[in-house]
Amino acid sequence: MFDIIIILSLTILTLTILLNLYRAIKGPSRADRVQALDAIGFNLIAGIAIFSVLLNTHAYFDLILLIGILSFVGTISFARYLERGVIIERKR
Amino acid sequence: MPDTLKGGSSLSGSAEIIGALFIFIGVLISFISAVGLVRFPDVYTRCHASSKTSTLGVLSILTGTLLYFLMSEGFFSIRLILGIFFVFLTAPVSSHMISRAAYRSNVPLAPVSAEDELKDYFEGLKMETEEMTLQ
Repeated sequence: MFDIIIILSLTILTLTILLNLYRAIKGPSRADRVQALDAIGFNLIAGIAIFSVLLNTHAYFDLILLIGILSFVGTISFARYLERGVIIERKR
Repeated sequence: MPDTLKGGSSLSGSAEIIGALFIFIGVLISFISAVGLVRFPDVYTRCHASSKTSTLGVLSILTGTLLYFLMSEGFFSIRLILGIFFVFLTAPVSSHMISRAAYRSNVPLAPVSAEDELKDYFEGLKMETEEMTLQ
């Protein structure tokens, strides 16, 4: 029963990532695409957590932190690029 | 030895129930967030739909994982606590940065939007800078 619920959760999470991917491909503006990719990053974190419950192991907990940090840095740099055209501003 | 095994199994059963409950609720919330991301008409409303529900769903799933490992094995993962803290800290910040960048790069609002209050502020700011340059 527990395994069935966990696998059902993983299936729904795959559907979620597919819906986010639809928005990331179709989105009219670039901000839509960045938003959808950010949501895909968070859903990947959730998927890794569920997968480690399914396999009953602690080995993937580092990956949660790693993907969280990388997704945050990527989103912030994309947002700065959309806003100003550069990522790192030069001091005058 | 059989007593400890029995106690362990019953604790593990409640761990499975509580962990599965948290995880399933979190996954349903994430699915609702993805439906909102597809169906809303505008980048700002999509930010509103995606960031809040995505944060709550991921937090619920990570809390379910933490409780499952805490109750089934007595393993308190400090890395998972750090992950929960980091997601809770960074998800609203990144969503705010995206919607701010979208407004400043002139992404239009949906036609059903009632009012754009930030527009007056930006036009006032532009007038001020023009007056400064004229002087």
